[in-house]
Amino acid sequence: MTAVDGRDIWTDAMSPVLSLRQVSKVYGSGATAVPALREADLVVDAGELVAIMGPSGSGKSTLLTIAGTIEEPTSGEVYVCGADVAALSADAQARLRRRSIGFVFQDLNLLAGLSAAENVALPLELDGVRARVARVAAMRLLDELGLADRAGYFPDDLSGGERQRVAIARAVIGERRLLLADEPTGALDSTNGEAVIRLLRSACRRGVAGVLVTHDAQLASWADRVVFIRDGRIVDQTGPATGPEALLAQDVI
Amino acid sequence: MSVRHALLALLTEGSKYGLQLRQEFEARTGEVWPLNVGQVYTTLQRLEREGHVESHENERDGAQKRFRITAAGERELDRWLRTPPSAAPPPRDELVIKVQVALRLPGVDVRDILQVHRRHLVEEMQRYTHLKAEAAADDVGLGLVVDAELFRLEAVVHWLDAADVRLRRLPAVPPVPAGADGTRRAPRHQPAKPAPARTAGSRS
Ligand SMILES: Nc1ncnc2c1ncn2[C@@H]1O[C@H](COP(=O)(O)OP(=O)(O)OP(=O)(O)O)[C@@H](O)[C@H]1O
Ligand SMILES: [Mg+2]
Repeated sequence: MTAVDGRDIWTDAMSPVLSLRQVSKVYGSGATAVPALREADLVVDAGELVAIMGPSGSGKSTLLTIAGTIEEPTSGEVYVCGADVAALSADAQARLRRRSIGFVFQDLNLLAGLSAAENVALPLELDGVRARVARVAAMRLLDELGLADRAGYFPDDLSGGERQRVAIARAVIGERRLLLADEPTGALDSTNGEAVIRLLRSACRRGVAGVLVTHDAQLASWADRVVFIRDGRIVDQTGPATGPEALLAQDVI
Repeated sequence: MSVRHALLALLTEGSKYGLQLRQEFEARTGEVWPLNVGQVYTTLQRLEREGHVESHENERDGAQKRFRITAAGERELDRWLRTPPSAAPPPRDELVIKVQVALRLPGVDVRDILQVHRRHLVEEMQRYTHLKAEAAADDVGLGLVVDAELFRLEAVVHWLDAADVRLRRLPAVPPVPAGADGTRRAPRHQPAKPAPARTAGSRS
C-alpha cells in the first residue's frame, strides 16, 4: 500500500483514498480513559461520498480527525491515498494533509486577518498557484455559494452561516483527493445547506472521496453510503443504492 | 393529496381529456405520485355529479371526452386552497407500536430495532434525494413533492433519535411492573457499554 515500489502515492488510483482498519482511540488513560472509537473499519473510494451519523459523543469527530491525520489512533491502521500514515515522517504527514485533504471542521478556523476570498484562495497559494489564478478560483466558488458580494469581507463581519460557506469553499478548492466535513451545514438554512451539499456532491462526482459527519438525515441522504456509529463503534450502514423506481413500487397510496 | 382538487386546478388552464389530465398530474408531481387511469375517471365522474366539471363529447375524437371546469368548480378550488389541511395523524402509528412491543419483548435489543428502522428511513431518503439531485434545477413540481417527503421522513428519524436517548436513560433492568402472571421480565435493552464512558471502573 505504501510507495515502496516507487509509484507516486499521490496518483495511486488503484487503492481506496481512505482506509481505516480496526482503528481505536482512547483519550486519557487508567481510570479516566475514554474509549472514543472502537475497532472502526472504513474504506472510502475515489468518487464516493460517505456520511457518518450517530448521536452526540459517539465518536464521529474523533473518526474524522484520525482520518485527517490530525490525531493518531491508539491502535489500528490508517491509509490515506495509499500511504500508511503511521509510516510517514511528520513533514510528509503535513504535506499529505495540505495537498490531499480538505477539511471543514466544527470550529471553522478561518484566518481573521484575511478576507473571505483570501481565506478561500490560501490553500492554492500555499501550493504555489499564482495569486491571480487562485483568486479567480476562489471567486468562482464563493459565487457558487451565493457569497460573491461578501468576497472582500473579513470573517468577523460575516454571519455564522456565511463563515461556514467560506470554510467549505476553502476546503473544496484545488484538487484535493479527500474531503472531510464535520457538520458543514450546522448554521445554514435549508437552501444554503443544499447549496453546500451539492458542492460537496459535485466534488465527489469529479473523483474526490468525501466523508461527511452529520446529525442531519437530510444531509446524510446525499451520500452514496451512510455509516451509523454508536458508542464509538460502527454498527450499521445503508445498503447499495437502489434506483428511484423503488419509490414508485412501494409508496403508492 | 387531493386528486380532485389537483384535477380541478389543471382544468383551470382549459378543457382537457382524462388521459391528458393524468399525464399532467404525474409530470407536475415529478412522477413521485403516480395515478392510475381508473382513479382519474372515477374522480372526474364524481366531480361531474357534483357540478364542478362538465364534459362534452367531441365529435371528431369519438369516445374521448373533454372536461371543463364550471364556475362552481372554480369556487370549490378557491375554498380548498384556503382550508387548512387535515392535521390528524394516522390513527395509530405503526412504528410507535413496533417500538412499544419491542420494549416488552424479552431478549430484544430495542436500540437495534430503532437502528433497523433508522437505516430503512435513511435509505428511502437517499432515493428521494437522488431524484432531487438528478432533477433539473427549475423543476419546481418535483422539488416541492420530494422536499415534502424528505421532511416527513426526517421527522420520523428525529423521533427514533429521541427514542434512543430515552432508552439510554432507562436503567438496564427496569422495575418489574406487577404483571398478572407474576413472571419477571427480561431487561429491556442491553446497553452497548458497561458504564458511562467517563466513570471510573469502565473498561480500560
Ligand atoms: N481530547 C479529548 N479528550 C478526552 N475525551 C475526548 C476528547 N475528544 C473527544 N473526547 C470524548 O470522546 C467521545 C467522542 O467524542 P467526539 O467528539 O468524537 O463525538 P461526536 O460524535 O463528534 O459528538 P458531537 O456530535 O457532539 O460532535 C466523547 O465522549 C468525548 O467526550
Ligand atoms: Mg463532533
